[in-house]
Formats: sequence, structure tokens, C-alpha cells
Amino acid sequence: MAGSHNRVLPGLGLTLGFSILYLSLLVLIPLSGLFVKAASLSAEEFVAAIASPRALAAYRLSFGASLVAAGVNAVFGLVVAWVLTRYRFPGKGLIDALVDLPFALPTAVAGITLTMLLAKNGWVGQWLEPLGIQAAYTPLGVTIALTFIGLPFVVRTVQPVLEDLEAEAEEAAASLGAGRAQTFRRVLFPALWPALVTGAALAFARALGEYGSVVFISGNMPLQTEIVPLLIVTKLEQYDYAGATAIAAVMLVSSFVILLGINALQGLGRRRFAGAGSAP
Amino acid sequence: MTTATVTTLEHAPAPSVRAALVDPPLVRGGLIAIALGFLASFLLLPLAAVFYEALAGGLGLYWASITDPMARSAIWLTLVVAGISVPVNAVFGIAAAWAIARFEFPGKSVLVTLIDLPFAVSPVISGLIFILLFGAQGFFGPWLAEHGIRIIFAIPGIVIATTFITFPFVARELIPLMQEQGAEEEEAAISLGASGWQMFRRVTLPKIRFGLLYGVVLLNARAMGEFGAVSVVSGHIRGQTNTLPLHVEILYNEYQGTAAFAVASLLALLALATLAAKHLLEWQIRRTNRP
Amino acid sequence: MSIEVRDIWKRFGEFTALRDVSLHVEPGELVALLGPSGSGKTTLLRLIAGLERPDAGSISFDGEDATERSVRERRVGFVFQHYALFRHMNVFENVAFGIRVQPRGVRPPEAAIQARVHELLDLVQLEGLARRMPTQLSGGQRQRVALARALAVQPRVLLLDEPFGALDARVRRELRRWLRRLHDDLGITSLFVTHDQEEALELADRVVVVNEGRIEQVGAPDEVYRRPSTPFVFGFLGEANWLDSKIDGRAARVGFRPDDLELSLSPLEGHAFAARVKRVQSLGPRAKIELLADSGAVVQAEVPAERVRSLSLAPGLELFAAPRELQVFFEEGSRPRP
Repeated sequence: MAGSHNRVLPGLGLTLGFSILYLSLLVLIPLSGLFVKAASLSAEEFVAAIASPRALAAYRLSFGASLVAAGVNAVFGLVVAWVLTRYRFPGKGLIDALVDLPFALPTAVAGITLTMLLAKNGWVGQWLEPLGIQAAYTPLGVTIALTFIGLPFVVRTVQPVLEDLEAEAEEAAASLGAGRAQTFRRVLFPALWPALVTGAALAFARALGEYGSVVFISGNMPLQTEIVPLLIVTKLEQYDYAGATAIAAVMLVSSFVILLGINALQGLGRRRFAGAGSAP
Repeated sequence: MTTATVTTLEHAPAPSVRAALVDPPLVRGGLIAIALGFLASFLLLPLAAVFYEALAGGLGLYWASITDPMARSAIWLTLVVAGISVPVNAVFGIAAAWAIARFEFPGKSVLVTLIDLPFAVSPVISGLIFILLFGAQGFFGPWLAEHGIRIIFAIPGIVIATTFITFPFVARELIPLMQEQGAEEEEAAISLGASGWQMFRRVTLPKIRFGLLYGVVLLNARAMGEFGAVSVVSGHIRGQTNTLPLHVEILYNEYQGTAAFAVASLLALLALATLAAKHLLEWQIRRTNRP
Repeated sequence: MSIEVRDIWKRFGEFTALRDVSLHVEPGELVALLGPSGSGKTTLLRLIAGLERPDAGSISFDGEDATERSVRERRVGFVFQHYALFRHMNVFENVAFGIRVQPRGVRPPEAAIQARVHELLDLVQLEGLARRMPTQLSGGQRQRVALARALAVQPRVLLLDEPFGALDARVRRELRRWLRRLHDDLGITSLFVTHDQEEALELADRVVVVNEGRIEQVGAPDEVYRRPSTPFVFGFLGEANWLDSKIDGRAARVGFRPDDLELSLSPLEGHAFAARVKRVQSLGPRAKIELLADSGAVVQAEVPAERVRSLSLAPGLELFAAPRELQVFFEEGSRPRP
């Protein structure tokens, strides 16, 4: 297992020192700089910046669309993970590798492609138009883009858990008379939902801060289709550093809270299913 | 009857599936259809669209778009940025993984959490924090202006922001890998008289090479493709501070759609190459780490 | 309920797990499937349960062909080697599971479920642990929960896959005796898989000895121990010494057990041979003696401790040895002669 208090191996001082130095210079100092700047605002300035109607509309859109996207990914991601783990079909290996595409594809490329697809005369947009559904430059488009971005998170978080499930438990359920649906509901899903929620939370966190894939398709109309990251950029371009920083601080705190939540969830998942039947 | 049974068996030794785990064919077909439909719409469609649009103006226009001077300078800048941030973060990743996987010290779990921080930060915010530090109105702004150093709206800023964004990749990959591999071989090397660097070069590095490569591949993909953070710190100065993704944006906003997609197709190819390398390396890692 | 297994073949890819296996189990019997790892005994058990499908052959319960029926439909109680308890449910819910998933028309009301589960927990002596989670139980307790869970839906047959394999020796012995008493009380037809011959001989009404996908012998414990039909059965069911010999001009292998060896300082009758003591190892009330026969063969003997004293057994001592009982197996087949 991992080396415990190790007197034999060299390099602790060097590597730890370097790591802490690098971490402080590149990550900690810049991030604290943001909070220092945010703190330099007076209370009224701060509240005015983060609670302006435009900001509130942006929060609604960002959080709302991210939530919906995470939810969609939770449902379909579970199906995809199940299908990839349990079934055999031609092209499965290729599809499995492709699931990571949203992770590997530069966000700007995703952004312009999705916009092109969903525009009125786009490949997909042209089918939606007669139905009265407009995707580009609307919150719907934003949600679709965020769904794309979050796709790998649920699949890749649920897959390993599915693969590690004890087959005997399912066999036991079947031998006791449970049908497949009952077995899924009572035996499999309880084991899966921590991973599912963790994956959805990861997708949510990612979607919240997403810029490149969304900025093209959203149309960026203030109070309507403006996401929070874009609001920050706009304020920067107007040299409203204070306002940008204030909103960024709010976003950062939310992200950290979500990160903590995710860590707690992962801990919960590990504790519940720790150890496989070894007699104490 | 015995003969007939034997003959049948010779033709069909299918691998056995646990009977109790088999879903009814209708359910199976339905779920596969849903999964493939979802993936086709969200993955295959956009992928096809990029290449279709890129080639919509013919090969001539495609070639002209990607060899255009602005495009070439964007390619060059992208390579420079990756060329700096990848090795630097790789070295950090190795150092951090060594410290974390091989030793116990107070605050270790805090360190691990801190390493994950950039993942939780929006790209735009990742750019903002460096503007706050190095911008004209930033903490170091006056000092930098005095010394004639430009970071924001210049290449150094882009490099720094990209390095921040891609900071965790190699570390996150190596830490669990090295924990799983254990320290015995390195301890054996030391006991046989190897110096620290010899041990590292001859024992550690070969063991972690696939994990390292894997992290580097992901790091590189992110470094080359980063948009949000770079957009904030770059100033969009053509020919000087535009990376490939920014160049795509400019072309797109100027209604040069086909050219934009042509350049975008280069990035898409990079993504596909990344996926292929990732897949290959995962397989290699699984193979070499089998007990 | 009786079980009829006919001409079963089962392959996993290139590997043949069971070859042309047939077996009949009487209602109410407790039968052991005994054999080394890889012999196919677990595969046979799983085939009877419906957890695997045979490539050829049939399985019938009470005369009705069940080969095509799913494990759900067969109403078998299966107890897994590693218990396979539902980790997110407590003991009560685990045991109640089979009742809870019954279709609404058949399912008893909640009060009846409560009563039945508590009745079963009493039966397996786990009353009071209903609210515990599986991770809070010892191995032996988990195994009893698994048993109670399987019994909850009143199966027609109980199938146990190395039920005590994952437990330490003392717990194993206790649970063995307890299982036998349980079986005698309930009278359900039961099959259990084991690689431990002591367990099979102690527990079962009949023992099925399995090796390399074939059934070597079926019989009562005494029969397979004293009248083995093949050298494998003899060697697997206890310690064995082997001699190659010619009897009536035919090549034969002769087997005898270490504790069937008579030792004496004076010549013996019967199939006696001379030997010298090489090693004496005390095992408390008994002792293991390693002998070097004049023929050059190494022979193991086991005697009560006081015999060591009465004969002053020590390395180097020359004595005579004669097996009280022999199993003779001729090359062509396996027909033993006492």
C-alpha cells in the first residue's frame, strides 16, 4: 500500500516544498487576490453589484439551465452507462471512447457548432422551427449546450460503480423471486444513486462556469440570455473591475460549496459500501 | 444422441452469461436505442457538422483558411502556450504526486483538495484573477508598467492563465496511480544504493510513464483548447495574442463561417487524436498494472 | 421435492465444466457435492438453480421439466458463498425481500410479513439483530441471515454454495452441526457444495464426488469412504498411501489409509512389509509416523499416542507394518477389492 512514514525514500522536502510554492504562486495567491479585491468594496457597492436585476437574471439562467442540463445528463447518462456496461453491440468500443468528446473538444468549437446546428436554418433548427421551437439565442439553446458539456461526467462516474456491482446480489434477488425491474429498483439503484448524484453535481459545477460553448448560442441579451460568466466578461470590458470581482466572488463561493458537497457525497458512497463480506 | 450433442457443441461454444442478469430483449433494445439516440444527437451530430461545414467551401478554401497568416500565427501561439504549460505542470504533477503518494504529513488531504481547486473555478474567473494581479489597475500593475513588462493582453498572460487552468491534470492522474503501485520497488532501489535521482530515473519514471503520458495528453488538449480564460486575458490582438480557439471566434463573429469551421476542424482533429491516445493509454495502464 | 439431472453438458468458452452428468436427488435428502476447485460442482449447483443454462441435457423437479424455466420461476432457495446480502438493507429487510417482491395478490399483509421474518430470525438464532446492517455482523451471522432470507419464500429446494467456506474453522464446525439439525427439522431437499471432505462426510445423507466435470461416485458417506469406486475418490476423501502392485498378473494400484496401518515389532500376517521409522510427529492424542518401506516407498502411518510409547517408536527403529484394509484399483477401471 502507500508508503507511510517513510524514512527510506528521499525527496519529501524537495517535492513538498516545490509543490506548496507552486500551488501558492499559481493558485492560492491569485484566488485570494480576488477575495481581497471583493472585500475592498463597501457593503452597498457589493450588494449593488451582485443583486442588480441584470445579475439576478444571469444567476437564474446560469443556475437554472445548469440544473436542467445536469438532470438530463443524470437520466440519460445512467442509461448510457448501463448500456455500455451491460450490453454488447457493434461499435461499443468506439462509442465508449467518444463519450469523452465534450471533455476533449475545445469549448469554442463546441460553441459554434451547436449554434450552427440549432440556428433557424441549421440541421436541427430547421426541424424545430415549424414546431414553433426556437433553440438558438434562447435559454433552451443554453441548456442544450450545457447538456453537451456535462455529458461525460455522469457516465464516467457511474460506469465504474456499475462495473463493480456484485453480480451475486442480483442473482440472489432473482432467486428470491424479484423481476428485473424490481431488482433494479430495490437492489441496484440504491447502490448507484450516490455515484449518480456525484456525477450530476460534477456536471452541474462544470455547467455553472461554462463560457465558450454557451457564449455563441446564447445571444447574450442582458436580462434574458446572459449567463453569469458573460456578465463578468462584459463588466471587465467596461473596466468595472469591482462589479466583475463581486459577481465572481459569488460564483467562486458557490463552486466551492458544490465541491465540498461532492466530496461529502463521495465519502458517503465509499462508507456505505466499504468492505465486501470479510468476517471481522 | 450423445454424438449429436457433441457435434452441436463443437460449433457453438459461446461465452456464458449469468442467466439471472439478462434483461428481456425488448428492454435491452429499447435502452440501447435510447442511449445511442442520445449519444448520436449530442456527440456524432456536432462532430459531423464541424467537418461538413469546414469542407463546405471546397478543399481550396479549407486549405487557404488554415494556412492564412493569421491562422498560422494562431497555431504558433497555441503551440507555444502548450509547450510551456504542459512541461511545467507535468513537473509539478510528478513532484506533488511523489510527496502525496509516498509520504504522510499533516495537511495532506488539504493539499489534495487544493490541487483540485482550478477545476472548480470558471474559466472566465481564471482569467479575471490574473487581470486583478497583473492588469493595469491590478496589484502589480504599476510595478509592471514601470518595468515595461506586459503580462495581460500579451503572451505571458495567456501562458499563465492556461497554466492555472490545466494545473491539476497530471497530479490528479499520478496520485492514485502511484498510491496503487506502492513504494516497494523504489525502496528496493534505495536499499541497493541508488541515489534519489537514479531511483527516480530508473525505477519511478518507467513505472508511471503511461499515467504520466495520459495526464499529459489530457493537459495538452485542455491547454490548446482553452477559450474562456484566454479570451479574458488576451485582448484579442490579431497576429499577436490570438490562440486557435480565439481565432475561431474572430472568424465566426466576422461571418466567415466556413473559415471558422476550417480552423475549428483542426481543433476537432486534435480532440479525436486526444481521445484515441487516451483510450490507448488507458488500456496500457490497465495492462501493466495487473497484479 | 425430487430433483432429476439428466445428461448435462456445460461449457464456458473452450473449457468444459460438466460432461454428461446425471444425478437423482430424493425428496428431503441432504446431499453434498464434493470435489476439488474447478471440478464443476458449483456449476452443477448453479445449473440446478437456473443461474446458468446447460448446453445440453435436462433438469426436472418432481418429474416436471424445468430446464427452460428462469431462476425466478424455479422457487429455489440459493445461499451464496459470500452471502450476497443486500448491503443497503438491514437484516429484517434482507430476510423480508423475497416476500416483499411477490405480486400483490400473493403477498401477505405487513403484519404477517413481520411475523414470518421474526419467526425465521428465531429459527436461525438471530433474534434481536433485525435492525442491524450486514456490515455490522460477523461472517457466521451473515451466513445465517442469508439462509433465513432464502427460506423466507418457502423454497422447494435449498441450494448452498460452499456455505461455510469463508468462515474460520471453529465457526464452520458449529454451523455445520446447526445446519444438519435445521435440515432435520424442516425436511427440505437440500444440496450443498463443498471441497471439504470432512464436512461432506459429517453432514450429508449422500455424497456426490465430482472431479473434472464428471461424477466419480454417489453414495452414503460410509460407502464412498469405505468402498470408493475410483482412486480419485479414495485419495480425495482421506489421506492415502499408494503402492503399485501386480495382482493375478494384472497391474493394480493399492491404497490404504494411514490410520489403517497395523505396526508391530514382530512379523505380521496379511499384506505385511518391513519398514524403518524415519520421523515421529506428535499431534496431541495421535501421532504421525513416516516410514521407509524396504521397497523404497515412503509410507505415512497414524497411530494413537500411547502406541508410540508402547512400541518406543523413534527414528531408525525397524518394524513390520500391515494395512488392515486395502482398496485395490485395477488399471482398466476402478473395481476395488477389499
